Amino acid sequence: MAATPVVELKQITKRFPGIVANDSISIKLQKGEIHALLGENGAGKSTLMNILFGLYQPDEGHIEVNGEAVAIDSPNKAIELGIGMVHQHFKLVQSFSVTENIILGMEPSKGGIQIDYKTATEKVKKLSDQYGFRIDPNAKIEDISVGMQQRVEILKTLYRGADILIFDEPTAVLTPQEISELIEIMRKLVAEGKSIILITHKLKEIMSVSDTVTIIRRGKVIDTVKTNETSPFELAEKMVGRNVSFKVDKKPAEPGEKVIEVKDVSVKNKEGITLLDGMTFDVRRGEIVGVAGVDGNGQTQIIEALSGLRKIDSGSIVLNGKEIGNHTPRQISESGVGHIPEDRHKHGLVLDFSVSENMVLESYYKEPYTKRGFLNFRAINDLAKRLVEAFDVRTPSIQTKARSLSGGNQQKAIIAREINKNPDFLIAAQPTRGLDVGAIEFVQTQLIQQRDQGKAVLLVSFELDEILNVSDRIIVVYEGKVIGEVRPEETNDQELGLMMAGSRQGGTKA
Amino acid sequence: MNKFLKWFASDSFIVSLAAIVMGLLLGAVVMMIGGYNPITAYGALISRVFGDWYGFGEALREMTPLVLTGLAVAFAFRAGMFNIGAEGQVLMGMTGASLIGIKITGLPALIHAPLAIIAGALFGGLWAALAGYIKAKRGVNEVITTIMLNWTALFLCNYIVRTFLLMPGNQRSVDIQPSASISIDWLSQMMGNARVHWGILLAMLASTFFYYFLWKTKQGFELRAVGSNPEAARYAGINVSKNIVKAMFISGVFAGLAGAFETLGVFHYQSVYSSLPGYGFNGIAVALLGMTHPFGVLAGAGLFGSLTYGSAGMSFDAGVPPEIIQIVIGSIIFFIAAQGIVRFILKPVYKRKKEKVL
Repeated sequence: MAATPVVELKQITKRFPGIVANDSISIKLQKGEIHALLGENGAGKSTLMNILFGLYQPDEGHIEVNGEAVAIDSPNKAIELGIGMVHQHFKLVQSFSVTENIILGMEPSKGGIQIDYKTATEKVKKLSDQYGFRIDPNAKIEDISVGMQQRVEILKTLYRGADILIFDEPTAVLTPQEISELIEIMRKLVAEGKSIILITHKLKEIMSVSDTVTIIRRGKVIDTVKTNETSPFELAEKMVGRNVSFKVDKKPAEPGEKVIEVKDVSVKNKEGITLLDGMTFDVRRGEIVGVAGVDGNGQTQIIEALSGLRKIDSGSIVLNGKEIGNHTPRQISESGVGHIPEDRHKHGLVLDFSVSENMVLESYYKEPYTKRGFLNFRAINDLAKRLVEAFDVRTPSIQTKARSLSGGNQQKAIIAREINKNPDFLIAAQPTRGLDVGAIEFVQTQLIQQRDQGKAVLLVSFELDEILNVSDRIIVVYEGKVIGEVRPEETNDQELGLMMAGSRQGGTKA
Repeated sequence: MNKFLKWFASDSFIVSLAAIVMGLLLGAVVMMIGGYNPITAYGALISRVFGDWYGFGEALREMTPLVLTGLAVAFAFRAGMFNIGAEGQVLMGMTGASLIGIKITGLPALIHAPLAIIAGALFGGLWAALAGYIKAKRGVNEVITTIMLNWTALFLCNYIVRTFLLMPGNQRSVDIQPSASISIDWLSQMMGNARVHWGILLAMLASTFFYYFLWKTKQGFELRAVGSNPEAARYAGINVSKNIVKAMFISGVFAGLAGAFETLGVFHYQSVYSSLPGYGFNGIAVALLGMTHPFGVLAGAGLFGSLTYGSAGMSFDAGVPPEIIQIVIGSIIFFIAAQGIVRFILKPVYKRKKEKVL
């Protein structure tokens, strides 16, 4: 007989208008285990965790903590019961110190008025040392790395006495090195008797860190398995409900002439800080060039420069033999550049527009979508219907607001629009961020198809696996410069990781 | 037709209607606390507006500038901006219309009146475009600039009237030429000399224009994109700065028309104002009442106009201070803005409706 689970969810059902988000889900979390929750976007993982954290109430079923039935009606109640959540998007005050952020909302005080920073700092320091966080309690949040900020989030839950930690997609924003450090921390936490629920759709992490995996598909538990008795292939199949190939099939590239040539491009921001420092690279017809680098090393700026959203201070950008540096976004778009933007909510879509309006976001002014100044809704809707079908965008109707689509379908809609432009040069920035395995496969296949049709594709991604799998050539950027170029078949993520950290060893061609 | 009926059953229509009813009820409660009979009061209000042709005509006159300033605020809002400056744009519109209406002579009415209207529209439009330009070029928030421009407009317009158009010994301009008048004299006579004018019709056309322009044309598509996500609009190749100026210009044209119609259709002269007359601020309320939809603005202006105009009847015939109507209007706006409260109260109604469907 197993010991009493620390948390047991019993037949949790949660309905939203039109869908059953959780359909009689039961999960047992044992003390000292890392229990992974695996599922596609919209499978119901977040709903389930929001129920456990007291943000939603289940329609049916109940929760037991240490064998006792409890009603978790608010996050405060959850914290009281020792449940802590490490959110995907950090909830930290940038200008506050680590300690200030941790005690926010439950400040220890001297005599009820003055905040007792000394005691708080000591307590934070002690916790940090206990779990090997190596964090400076007095550092400002804005001065520390994303990985460190995440540790602050973890410390916040520990400070509040959490024994059960929920990690929501914790690795989405981390570099490979930071990921392995996080995994170390998670191991240390369970060794100290904490229990962890890990929400993720990344199979690699599940295999390396978890003890048990529960797979959820369309609101139902498909299976709960021991990690050491399963394989990534089996997990993926269970998650998506069909066979998934990890290695995207592709023929070797047959690069043709140069489509885009970036030469010595430099960009400074308003404060005069150099963001791009003489960046130089090219992309040829029929090849995918992957850009690897830690976030903030010029990726965003080079994409903005290439698509006309940012002025360049010097250098040149040549597309098909013509200079396009500092042209307007529309001129660049019309000269044959497609752009799947990094932030689909900020740039890719007008969320309050319908799917159909979003499909013509860049072509609305052309015939046949506009005739004599008036929008031609018949032509627009025809196009939208065609694209929605061809790219399998799942939407109730083409008149549905883009806001109500899931992330994966929003991304498909953007990709449909960009590919439909039939560009010579396609920029794909973080095209699979936040997507599940099925959607990732779709997006990557589309990119490779574009390549096979003789397009030049630039892929910017923080997912090293994606860079390694999809690209034909990889350039590594560091501090606004290209510091190395490697072939995916001649390198691995460790070597890339080192290069991304600024080391020039490895496969650099000088 | 079917579409029309569906609109009446739509959620936003029911919620607005409920908000109005709740506002009227709250006003009634306030009247009862003050010792007045709300039924007599509202009865007097209604009979003032609908009791005779004169009252009805005057209520229409009251509504006209409200429709246009409401459209002005709503249009800017759809393009992502808050135009607090309809006030100043109305004054500029008045001045533009007065200048043409007074100084130009010898034109036939068919040319003179439209010319004066266009001048008013342009004055209003350019005044608003100035705020748009400052926002587009320098990033200065339009709320601040339009408020400042209200006062600039007040003193500039007063200066123009005093210097170029003054009727000696009065705090007003001389009368406009008869050829610039847009009053409908025959209808006015039929309605007991109510000051009805062509501007009423043009205001309705303006709201139709608003609808078609924003939702059916290419330029409207750009404005809406800029309004709901300027970053995405820029990414899509839309010139955001140009659209900000354009949206403010059109917004100002609506307000300018309101001013022009007041001068050309109602007063036939322009006063020297000692403070801001309030057309533009009421426009904000109307735009909120109409949920920034052009046809909603039309309805909102109808309500706002009837209530303000009818409140005079309330005080004459029922002895209720007309200020109470400000409480009613205020609470209607409150309930429309705080839709959650209305939906909460309507909840039992909705539940029953759903059960019926099942």
